[in-house]
Amino acid sequence: MTSNLSSEQVDKKKLRKVIAASSVGTLIEWYDFYIFGSLSVVIATKFFPSDNPTAAFLSTLATFAAGFVVRPFGALFFGRLGDLIGRKYTFMVTLLIMGFSTFAIGLIPSYETIGFIAPLLVLILRLLQGLALGGEYGGAATYVAEHSEPGKRGYRTAWIQTTASLGLFISLLVILATKKSMSAEAFANFGWRIPFLISIVMVGISYFIRKNMDESPMFEKAKQEGKIVANPLKESFGKKLNFKFVLLALFGATMGQGVVWYTGQFYALSFLQKVANIEFEQSNYIIAASLAGGTGFFIFFGWLSDKIGRKAVMLTGMLLAICTYRPIYQAMYEAADVSLKTEVAGSKVIHTDYFMIPNSVDLKKTVKTEFSYTDGSKLTLEESSLTTIFPGKNPKKPEVKRIVHVGSSSFWFLILLVFIQVLYVTMVYGPIAAFLVEMFPTAIRYTSMSLPYHIGNGIFGGLLPAVATYLAAKASTANEVAVAAGQAIPYDKPYLEGLWYPIIIGGVCFVIGLLYVNGKDKEIND
Amino acid sequence: MNGIRQIFGIVWILLGLAAGYFLVFEQSLLLFEKGGMDNVVPAIIYTFILAPLLTGGMCVFGLYALQNEYKSND
Repeated sequence: MTSNLSSEQVDKKKLRKVIAASSVGTLIEWYDFYIFGSLSVVIATKFFPSDNPTAAFLSTLATFAAGFVVRPFGALFFGRLGDLIGRKYTFMVTLLIMGFSTFAIGLIPSYETIGFIAPLLVLILRLLQGLALGGEYGGAATYVAEHSEPGKRGYRTAWIQTTASLGLFISLLVILATKKSMSAEAFANFGWRIPFLISIVMVGISYFIRKNMDESPMFEKAKQEGKIVANPLKESFGKKLNFKFVLLALFGATMGQGVVWYTGQFYALSFLQKVANIEFEQSNYIIAASLAGGTGFFIFFGWLSDKIGRKAVMLTGMLLAICTYRPIYQAMYEAADVSLKTEVAGSKVIHTDYFMIPNSVDLKKTVKTEFSYTDGSKLTLEESSLTTIFPGKNPKKPEVKRIVHVGSSSFWFLILLVFIQVLYVTMVYGPIAAFLVEMFPTAIRYTSMSLPYHIGNGIFGGLLPAVATYLAAKASTANEVAVAAGQAIPYDKPYLEGLWYPIIIGGVCFVIGLLYVNGKDKEIND
Repeated sequence: MNGIRQIFGIVWILLGLAAGYFLVFEQSLLLFEKGGMDNVVPAIIYTFILAPLLTGGMCVFGLYALQNEYKSND
C-alpha cells in the first residue's frame, strides 16, 4: 500500500488550516467537558443537594454515566455517522452539541428555584456532553491524519493530542480568573456560570472556521470509488479481520494510555488536594504550571514517533510511568508533610469566628489554628462546629479540616514531580492518534478507532479516581482496624495503595503492546 | 515470537476470567449488599459494563492470540 498524498502534493498552508480548525474545536470540547468536573463542588450545591437521595442519585449518574458509559456510545454513534456521511459534517455536529449543552448548563436555574427539573436537565445535558466528546476526538484525529503527508502523521496529529491537556489547563485558568475577579459569595451565586456561558462564543468561532474546511481527501476518494461501507459497525466489530485490531488497540495501547493520562493529570490533582491536603488554589497552580510546561512535549513525542516508531515511544512512557509512580507519589506526600518540616517557634496563631446560620437556630463556630514552618509552609487546622442557641441540646460533632500551604521550594518541587507525570502522558498520548488511525482502513476508520480510544480513556482511565480512592481508603481502614485490635498495621503507606490500579492495568497493557503491537510504520491509503 | 504470542493467549483468557470474577463476586455483590446510591451505581457499572468488557474482551483477545491471529504483525 502506498499513500496518494506525497510530501510535495500536500499544501502546507491548507494543512496548517486543517490542523488549526480541528485542534481549536477539539480544545473547546475538552474545555467544555472539564469545566463541569472542575466546578463539580459548586454544581453539587446548586443542583444536587446531598440530603436529597434522588438528587444525589442523579449526581452519581451524571458523574459515572457521562464519563464512562456515554463516551463509547458517542464513539459508536458518531463514528458510524462519520464513516457514512463524512468526517467534516460529523465533527461539526459534535461541536454544536457540546457547545449548546455547556451553554445551557450555565443557564439552568438552581434546585431551589425549579426543584427536580434542575438536576434532571443537568444530567441530560451532561450526557449530551459525553456523547459529543465520544464523537469528536476520532473525527478530528482522522480528519487531520487523512490530510497529512506520510512520515509526518505523528507530528501533525500530535496537535490534536495537545488539546485535551490544553482544555484542562484553560478550564483551570478561566475558573481561577473568574474566582479572582469577584468575591467568593458572588462566585457561588452567579460567577460559576461564566465559564459555561463563554463557551458559546468559542464554539461559534470554531464552527465558522470548520464550516469553510473541505472534506477529508481520503474519505472523498473512498466515496468516489464506492468504497464506503453500508454498515461500519458490522464491518468493524462483526468481522474478525477488523475486530482483532480493535481489541489490540484497546488492550495493547489505549487501556494503558488511559490510566497514565488520568494518573498524571487527575489523580495527581486529587492526591494533592485530598491526601496531601494542599489548598485548592495552590494545588491547581501546581497542575496548571506542570501542564503549561509539559504540553509542548506532545508535539515532540508525536514527531519522534515518526522517526523511531509509535510503539517505542508509547511503551517507553508506559514503562517509565509504572516503574516510577510509587516513588513520585511518595515524594509528593513528603513535600507536603509538615511533620517533616521545622516549625517556627511561637508561630501558632488562633482565630475564632462565630456565624449565625440564617433561618435556623444553629450557630457555627470556626476555630482556625495556624502553624508556620521555616521553609515558608503553613498548616491551618480549621475546626467547625454547629451548636444550637437553645440550652440543653448537645452540640454537633466538630469537623476538622487540614489545609497545607507549601513553601516556595516544596511548591516548585511538586511542580517538577507532576511535570514528570505529564511527560509520561505526552509520551503515551502524543503518538496515539496516528497509531490508531494507521490501524484501520478509511471505510471504518472513524468508528474503529473511536471505540477503543473512548473505552480506554473513558472506562479504564475514567474509573481511576474512584478505584484508586477506594483502594487507598480500604488500606487506611485495614490499618485502623489493626491498630484498634493491637496488631501490626498491614499497610506501611496506605496513601500509595491506589496506585496499584494504574500500575497493574498499565503493566498488562505494556506486555500486550510489547508482544502484539507492530512497531513498523503503516500507510493509511487503502 | 509467534509461539510466545500464542502461549500468552491462555494468560489473557485466564486474566479476563479472573477480572470478571473479582469484579462481580468480590466487589459488586458486596456493594449491592451495602445498598445506597453511592454503592449501587458503581456495582451496576462493574457488573454490566466493566466485567463483560474485561472478561469478554480479554477472552476473545486471548482466543485470537491462541489462534495465531496476530502473527502477521511481525
